[in-house]
Amino acid sequence: MRETKISRRAALKAAGGAAAAVFASPLRAAAPEPSAITPALIAAARREGKVAFYTSIDLPVSERIGKAFEAKFPGIAVRVERTGAERIFQRIGQEYASNIHAVDVVNSSDAAHFIAWKRDGLLAPFVPEDVVSHIPAEHRDPDGMFADFRASLSVIGYNTKLVKAEDAPKSFADLLDRKWAGKIVKGHPGFSGTILTATYEMVRDIGWSYFEQLARQRVMQVQAASDPPKKLALGERAIMADGQEYVLYQVKDSGGPVEPVYPVEGSPMISSPNAIFKAAPNPNAARLFQCFCFSAECQQLAVNFGGMRSFHDQVAERSGRRPLRDIKLMKEDAAAVEQMSEEIRAHYTKIFRV
Amino acid sequence: VNVAIARAASRWAAIRLDLSSPVLVGVSAALAMLVVLPMAWLVYFSFRDRAGGFTLANFVALATDPVFLDPLVTTLVLALSSSAICCLVAAPMGWLVARTDMPLRATVRALVTASFVTPPFLGAIAWELLAAPNSGLLNQAYRAVTGAEPDDYLFNIYSLPGLVFVISCYTFPYVFVLVANALDRIPGDLEDASAILGASAWTTARRVTVPLAMPAVLAGALVAFLQAMTLFGSPAILALPAGFHTMTTKIWSLFQYPPKLELAAAASLPLLVVTVLLLRGEACLLGRRGYSVVGGRQGRPRPVRLGRWRWAALATAFLVLLNPVFLPYGALVNAAFSRVASQFIWFDNFTFANLHFVFVELSATGLAFRNTLILCTSAATIGTVMALVIAYATSRQTVAWHRALAFLATAPMAVPGIVLGVGLFLAYTRPPFVLYGTLWILLIAFVTIALPAAYQQVQAAFRAVNPNLEEASRILGATRMGTLSRIVAPLLRSSVIAAWCFIFIGVIRELSAAIMLFTSDTKVLSVLIFDLNESGDLGAIAVIGLIVLAVTFAVVMLINRIAGVGGARLR
Repeated sequence: MRETKISRRAALKAAGGAAAAVFASPLRAAAPEPSAITPALIAAARREGKVAFYTSIDLPVSERIGKAFEAKFPGIAVRVERTGAERIFQRIGQEYASNIHAVDVVNSSDAAHFIAWKRDGLLAPFVPEDVVSHIPAEHRDPDGMFADFRASLSVIGYNTKLVKAEDAPKSFADLLDRKWAGKIVKGHPGFSGTILTATYEMVRDIGWSYFEQLARQRVMQVQAASDPPKKLALGERAIMADGQEYVLYQVKDSGGPVEPVYPVEGSPMISSPNAIFKAAPNPNAARLFQCFCFSAECQQLAVNFGGMRSFHDQVAERSGRRPLRDIKLMKEDAAAVEQMSEEIRAHYTKIFRV
Repeated sequence: VNVAIARAASRWAAIRLDLSSPVLVGVSAALAMLVVLPMAWLVYFSFRDRAGGFTLANFVALATDPVFLDPLVTTLVLALSSSAICCLVAAPMGWLVARTDMPLRATVRALVTASFVTPPFLGAIAWELLAAPNSGLLNQAYRAVTGAEPDDYLFNIYSLPGLVFVISCYTFPYVFVLVANALDRIPGDLEDASAILGASAWTTARRVTVPLAMPAVLAGALVAFLQAMTLFGSPAILALPAGFHTMTTKIWSLFQYPPKLELAAAASLPLLVVTVLLLRGEACLLGRRGYSVVGGRQGRPRPVRLGRWRWAALATAFLVLLNPVFLPYGALVNAAFSRVASQFIWFDNFTFANLHFVFVELSATGLAFRNTLILCTSAATIGTVMALVIAYATSRQTVAWHRALAFLATAPMAVPGIVLGVGLFLAYTRPPFVLYGTLWILLIAFVTIALPAAYQQVQAAFRAVNPNLEEASRILGATRMGTLSRIVAPLLRSSVIAAWCFIFIGVIRELSAAIMLFTSDTKVLSVLIFDLNESGDLGAIAVIGLIVLAVTFAVVMLINRIAGVGGARLR
């Protein structure tokens, strides 16, 4: 894998130069030909009869995606294994260290994991047709190992019964106001890939001092990024300092008294790739499921039911939702997250004591 | 008399050794492997650095770094206060139920059983629903009644006292069961004798009843302390939002990627040492006296007449039981059928959506139920047999290494499930025993974890059966097997059934080892609930939790029924 990576980097550096021609062919050879859903693939997948989907997507949404797949391809059961992205990473690592190959398709909100898995040679190259034709190049791996299934934002949110719109915080800096002490809930980067990625982006853009001051606000610490919106919905806390935008919208859609705030400093953006494991126990079902995940149908489901953001160019943003282009975003950097994740978690634990 | 018993026992031991040694040696070896192997890994790892070299740095960090010292202190405070609360509440309750004419005694026993079988993590989640400072149902009710400000609260479950309270709720039955059973066994003649000799009721209580019940209270205090110290689920659910760690959650956090197994191993050794010391202390306290109270002659205990205090006593008992049973179950039912878990059910928010989600959408439900039932039944059966053999060997001292055996059987109590989980993980992920990823590794973990409770249950029963009963049978010409099946077995039946139930329920309740040892194919219900809690899916937790409770109660009732009129009840 390392070889491939170096040649790709060299190829990019030499783009336009004479060397490009030399490197172009191994580059093209690295990414497999795009695959469509064929009757042969469906038949092979049906013989396997099941697929294990490890994901950090909020459970109701991931199960809905599984059920949509089962409805479209009867006879293939999807088992969703949902937990925080960091725990998924630990779980797969633990299983693979013992030669247990249970995972077929993975979706993680910590894009850095895919760098590690790819480097370790664990992923299978596979490119669904939709990925090539409808997902922008910057959201897919040049070697065809993974592509961004969804994007989500980590945002501020508030309970509209407990906080008036005009009093609501507008920025991360506003959360440091003493009046919010004891009223804030937030996710934990030790469990959630979304929060880890967001923490990296925020540390980079606004610094650790923000978190150090936030820790003095008697923050209620929960694990998953999808939990803070639910704690808002319960009325347990008035404000969430971070958490999934899409879960917040789900709560809102079901009549929950919550409202997102896109902080003026920028909203951390988190892309979550999908990949197939090379040693997948159900390789054909995995391919079929991967194709389905990137289909316009499934992507639209993720947007409409899940409230997530899609990179698929045929998928319409939901009405009443602020489009991505109108939101100031914090830039992603999976490679940097991979470098720094241990340090971020350690420092975070020191600050927040858990 | 003592000399005679001792002589009889030694003669007994001599006869027994030759015939039953293969079984005893086999069980001893199995037990040694169950317990010693993971412990050995634990100790080995605690002296290693990440590169695998010898180091003391882990212990230096443990003794100096506040990151470890704070949880250590928190854990001791937690365990001590829980144990004290449990004894203060459960011992009088045990007495009320066993020795007085309080009305509805059987109901109270059944309700204590209910709190006993409630998984502590489920209780913790239910108490989140009840007493989270803002959304908690009790706090909402408090604000509604008093007109207090939106941020005012009566209870804050996300705090150390909150955690102590919740742990006590589900630990006090241990003390209750031990005390009530002990009081049941104390013959009435002793108290009658005291009364006939002119002692007042108070003197009889002080000089006869309390001393005879003391071993049970002490044992209860010990069990409560150890339970509170090694519990993982409740702290993981309540301490994290509160912003502190206990030793078990700290150890767990050390397994996050990248795992620091060496530190975790070192961090668990203090728990081990404390437990060993406590067990030694208990042995010293109880070892010198004989507590054989089931003899050939037995008088029915005479209930103490409470007079007009009967109903006050009952009211107090129900007030206590409000906390582990009525309120949490109510909160779970509310969450299961309410659209928003923090809203009281009403016409506008009643929903079956959570049921639909669990049974139709959630793909892990069936698998987790199946795995859990398989593990519960097999662990209970294997564990009971082991407990029986070991208890027999230790109480009749049939083998030379009976002390070691007794220690091994109780030792797992000293190992937090999560640490045992890692020990097992290390032991059984490499040849010759590659068990990780199968139900076998979970079975081993559950049997190991459940063994101490089962062993103590059976062993206490053995200890209470005076060997002179067996002697009498043997003198009258019965064979050893005949004696065992006609004399010992009937006397032990209720304890054996109770031990089976202990393990069955213990397995449903078990989370800490399972969380380390499960894979997606071997997921159990406790792990499923824990995963659901991570993302705050309270409605689904409530549905699964209620089903778990229903299954558990069904088992308890079934077994009480099978046991029939023999007085065998899970107490």
